[in-house]
Amino acid sequence: MEIEIRFTLNGRAVQTKVPPSMTTLSMLREKFDLTGGKLACGEGECGACTVKIDGRTINSCLSFAVDCDGREIQTIEGLGSVKGLEIMQQAFVEHGAIQCGYCMPGMIMQARYVVDQNAGNGHTMTRDDIARGLEGNVCRCSGYTKVVDAVAAVVLEEAAL
Amino acid sequence: MNLNMKIENYNAPTSIAGAVQLLQHGEATIVAGGTDLTPQTEAGVRQFAATLINIQRIEEMRGISVSNGRYRIGGLTTVTDILESEMLAADVPVLVDAADHFASPQIRNAATLAGNLCNASPAGDMVIPLLLLDAEAELASWSDGAVSTRLVPLADFFTGPGRTVMKANELMTAVEFAQPGEDYVAAFIKSGPRPALEISTVSMGVAGVVTDGVISGARVSIGAVAPIPLRATETEAVLEGKALDETLIELAVETASREVKPIDDVRASSWYRKHLTGVYMRRALESLRGDKYGN
Repeated sequence: MEIEIRFTLNGRAVQTKVPPSMTTLSMLREKFDLTGGKLACGEGECGACTVKIDGRTINSCLSFAVDCDGREIQTIEGLGSVKGLEIMQQAFVEHGAIQCGYCMPGMIMQARYVVDQNAGNGHTMTRDDIARGLEGNVCRCSGYTKVVDAVAAVVLEEAAL
Repeated sequence: MNLNMKIENYNAPTSIAGAVQLLQHGEATIVAGGTDLTPQTEAGVRQFAATLINIQRIEEMRGISVSNGRYRIGGLTTVTDILESEMLAADVPVLVDAADHFASPQIRNAATLAGNLCNASPAGDMVIPLLLLDAEAELASWSDGAVSTRLVPLADFFTGPGRTVMKANELMTAVEFAQPGEDYVAAFIKSGPRPALEISTVSMGVAGVVTDGVISGARVSIGAVAPIPLRATETEAVLEGKALDETLIELAVETASREVKPIDDVRASSWYRKHLTGVYMRRALESLRGDKYGN
């Protein structure tokens, strides 16, 4: 059995049919070829599958595709544009915050989210705040220092805007 | 997922009435945030029923409100909603503290309060502060052509790991508790090698009103030390109406360590959990007394 759903994906209205138990991650990868989000642990421990749904990041490997109906979804593919990388993506490149790269799409989605969440509350995120915001994202290469460097640079850069 | 062949019906009701009508015949899998359901079905420890009911569209099951001195938190309220509630931060900081120790930001964004309770893990994080608050779960069902509800104290809700008194035709629609008074104090402590994304080795909640050093209305709840999240009533009785001095703390530590019935598992031995229970009992009581403590 398949259910027809319609939602906004990276700013575009889309529709597809999914089995009721399909995960959002499988749908994004198999129905839309958006392979940025990765399956790693499959139980919400690692964050490699992080996408944003209705403004909040979630583990798409745990979310049901049918529940995307009517919602707004952003994946890593929707963060930058053909013209260039988004500032967080660029910072990860500049700071060499990438080793094997498998965790990066989820890491960048979550980093973008926590920095946005914190913006405008009058408190500049510290390295500890950044690490706490990324506690649901695991890098098996253990490349955390440069990840925090990259996010901290974005925090500074955007505070100056 | 490869178990989808078994699902024959899918519904996404938009009201409690709609959901409980679908539940009349039981035999349905309810999905909300999916953060516990998906790992369980993927691991094969749980099978989908023929009917999948997605309750995420029931707006009347979301939100936090107070009316006539009573808090009501909708079952679909996420852990992030609780963490970000200024009202709860002012009135019931212990609940916000527990939300802050809950899993990861991504899971907090999806996981619902009722989901955490209905999953009935002895280590469930939100249960511990709610037990301190004498919270009650509202269970709805369809009866004689209308929605009928009953309130079950959380202390009577759990019957074993993953088991509760909730019937197959019932839906947990909300959690309610009395708004604590100004002089109410409470502490929540959770252990694990990491600050978050950790299934508690032991979690401890202690609450009451402390007047001139004397504790009254004492509540003690302990997670991951018994088949269900434990209300430690013997320890509460030891504390009730007594001065929170060194002798009493020592007695409470001893009673709590005896009252818990932990198991040996991959996360910790029974011996260690009893030891931690004592350590956290002391820290929590010192915190209630106003001493500084680190978690």
